[in-house]
Amino acid sequence: MCETLVNNKTLKRKNMCLSIPAKIEKINGETAVCSVGGSTYEANLMMLSVEELKLGDYVLIHTGFAIQKLDEEEAEASLETFADFKKLNEEMDREENEKNQRLI
Amino acid sequence: MKYIDEFRDRKVVQALAGEIRRASTQPVKLMEVCGGHTMSIQKFGIPALLPDTVELISGPGCPVCVTSRSYIDKAIAYSKQKDVIITTYGDLIRVPGSESSLEKEHAGGAQIRVVYSVMDALQIAREHPQKKIVFLGIGFETTAPGSAVAVLQAYREKLTNFFVFSAHKVMPPAMSALIDEGVKINGYIGPGHVSTITGMKIYEEIPAKYGLGVVISGFEPVDLMQSILMLIKQIETGNTRVEIQYKRVVKPEGNVKAQQMMNEVFEPADDWWRGLGILKESGLKLRPKYSAYDAEVNISADGMVPLREPKGCICGEVLKGLKKPKDCRLFGNVCTPRDPVGSCMVSSEGACQAYYLYNR
Repeated sequence: MCETLVNNKTLKRKNMCLSIPAKIEKINGETAVCSVGGSTYEANLMMLSVEELKLGDYVLIHTGFAIQKLDEEEAEASLETFADFKKLNEEMDREENEKNQRLI
Repeated sequence: MKYIDEFRDRKVVQALAGEIRRASTQPVKLMEVCGGHTMSIQKFGIPALLPDTVELISGPGCPVCVTSRSYIDKAIAYSKQKDVIITTYGDLIRVPGSESSLEKEHAGGAQIRVVYSVMDALQIAREHPQKKIVFLGIGFETTAPGSAVAVLQAYREKLTNFFVFSAHKVMPPAMSALIDEGVKINGYIGPGHVSTITGMKIYEEIPAKYGLGVVISGFEPVDLMQSILMLIKQIETGNTRVEIQYKRVVKPEGNVKAQQMMNEVFEPADDWWRGLGILKESGLKLRPKYSAYDAEVNISADGMVPLREPKGCICGEVLKGLKKPKDCRLFGNVCTPRDPVGSCMVSSEGACQAYYLYNR
């Protein structure tokens, strides 16, 4: 999905089913200027309630529409779970080193 | 990039692989319904991280792949009308029809424009009031609301030259039809962006009627591995249900505003799926109130060629998960992304193209 983000042109050529989280930089009525990885482009906000959006929010953009606001609390909660997995991974690394064999 | 890189963390993926290995005791086949998932799975090499007990198979969730060739034939027939401009997502441009493709017609002088959003098509309609702008409305519940927004906007602005040629489809009938047909799977990796719109309720029949779990997944490697783990835990404990892994985006109720607009403009209709045939109420057509924006009602398809399917292409079986792309005799020799025979090789989410690019 990364190459879709290089610039607007590339993004526009890519297929309809990819969506990406983008940060709202500016809101003009029913459209927003959003940024991803350094490039900016417009997103239509008609599928969301504009009054519930603010600058700095992340939205998921799909074929030019913001289809959902990204729930940052949920995202952080997932990342916390992953931190546990990371710890587990480190334990596995240690175990592998001790036994001198690959576990996975 | 925020909210992307974190979900590609190699160490987390490795740890999840270990968890899956520990949790999985019986052989299972899990189907990823969404073509976007197929692509991510092959691109990130997910199958190589899974134990022998876990097999992933691709499903019917690539809109371009399941759409009939006669849809392309009709779009080409529209493009031959003098005053018509066809607007389409890039996905469709190279899909072979019975005799030609939109790309070839474009090279031959037809007015065909690739747009990123249906709103771009609407803008073309505003700028060319003397032309008829036909938008090729393809895709599932993720793109259908966009087409609905455009139709509502055209209605509001009293535009008379904007038309949608709808091949929009809804996902659940195909998920049920596959199991009814006897395709053996043990659980579904549910489509992330369809569910962003629809919410989780639409899948309730799958555990209720068939006893299979559905885990709605994100698209990054960590998302997919976690979803696979969640499904395996469901299967191992016998507690199959609909769960959301992709919680940062998918709300249980979905995007209600988008659903309302979709329901305002479209109504369910029987539709044809490659591999599955005609499924009851699996398509979306414009409601009579909006028939002034329905290409099929307003644009002549004179000169449409008779339907011809390619010989030897097993796209239909691939879409049902009965065969893998490599089982096809055409795969990689006669049929390549440069010169595709079937739609599964054309679409950048098609299983054949994903296998060709990442797992040949």
